[in-house]
Amino acid sequence: MPLDATMRGIRLIGERTLRIVERVGATIAFLGLTLAQSATSFRRFGLVIREIFYAGVQSLIIILVSGLFVGMVLGLQGHETLQNYGSEQSVGVLVALSLVRELGPVVSALLFASRAGSAITAEIGLMKATEQLSAMEMMAVSPISRVVAPRFWGGVLSMPVLAMLFSAMGIIGGFLVSVVVIGVDDGAFWSQMQAAVDFRHDIVNGIIKSVVFGIAVSAIATFEGYEAPPTAEGVSGATTRTVVSSSLAILALDLVMTAFMLKGWN
Amino acid sequence: MERSTLNLWVGIFVLLGFFSFLMLAFKVGNLTAGGSGTTYTVVAHFDNIGQLKERAPVRSAGVLVGRVRSVQFDPVHYNAEVSLAIDSQYQFPKDTSASVLTSGILGEQYIGLDAGGDEKMLKNGDEIKLTQGAMVLERLIGQFLFSKAQEGGASQGGQK
Repeated sequence: MPLDATMRGIRLIGERTLRIVERVGATIAFLGLTLAQSATSFRRFGLVIREIFYAGVQSLIIILVSGLFVGMVLGLQGHETLQNYGSEQSVGVLVALSLVRELGPVVSALLFASRAGSAITAEIGLMKATEQLSAMEMMAVSPISRVVAPRFWGGVLSMPVLAMLFSAMGIIGGFLVSVVVIGVDDGAFWSQMQAAVDFRHDIVNGIIKSVVFGIAVSAIATFEGYEAPPTAEGVSGATTRTVVSSSLAILALDLVMTAFMLKGWN
Repeated sequence: MERSTLNLWVGIFVLLGFFSFLMLAFKVGNLTAGGSGTTYTVVAHFDNIGQLKERAPVRSAGVLVGRVRSVQFDPVHYNAEVSLAIDSQYQFPKDTSASVLTSGILGEQYIGLDAGGDEKMLKNGDEIKLTQGAMVLERLIGQFLFSKAQEGGASQGGQK
């Protein structure tokens, strides 16, 4: 009997693992399908602009405000710790490097996944549940090129812009707290930052990260919406899955990319 | 939503992104400090480079004039071969000396260049002959203890 229970447990683990791997594979296959049918999005760029508005512009407030707060907290904490070593002027370096390399791309992608990714999933899922997608197919309009691809590209194009805005706002927040409020020297704050932040190795790598996160979040969000069971429960479950899987994907991809970027690509 | 309002908002969004990119590139990053962009490479051999890394600054009189391009072990001379990429707008005499220095007490290590008096200038691929490696704390302490012990021995010898 106990052997039986163990076997069942192992089988369950195997089944779960296979399901996850299947899910990842299906998402990547769907991404390929989206890319193959993207021509319409660029011929009728108005469709993408619409989605940039819904995904990017409407995420502006949350990105700008959280960026400001994150930068302020970094400024406060950094100053608190650095002053023990008598180098509180390096707070600019700390704020800028942590934002540009990690927090900017990662936190803005997490916020983007919960703010815009979930909306994309819910929208496409509901379109499917109300049979709008089938109706399109009946009219010989491919729902992937008309509905999915513009949303995908809207997300991919918005993400780096949002990440840069997040980093810039964060640095302004760090500046406000450490220079204006605490009174760290203004010149040292900026000049040490400029000496430490490298355009190619820090800023461009941060942008590369945010583009990859944009692709991951948009692919997951459109896939989950497109594959959602056409019921109220199905759409709500798909929305949750979008947020959970894109957050995990963002953090895992970040680890991999950071490891490569710190080592250099060879 | 109307098409023109949509375009306006997306335009604002893209412009904001562009300005934050400019801020990151020029105010936060070092794109302005790139100098003229063209560099020439000179080689220097050090007996010890300490913690010197690639892309460490090369300074002369405290001013950033270039960066360390690569650090390698030289299997012929058994020392460290460091190649320096120096901004073309700064020319140094042939007998310039290079030393590995530390900024502050816990700071990063960099290469300091002290200009000599030669009339010929360093060219691409030249070697800096006069070098001084990094100070290693353990050796410094060792030397200090050694010289102290010698002093003690000498004064005892004098009393006899």
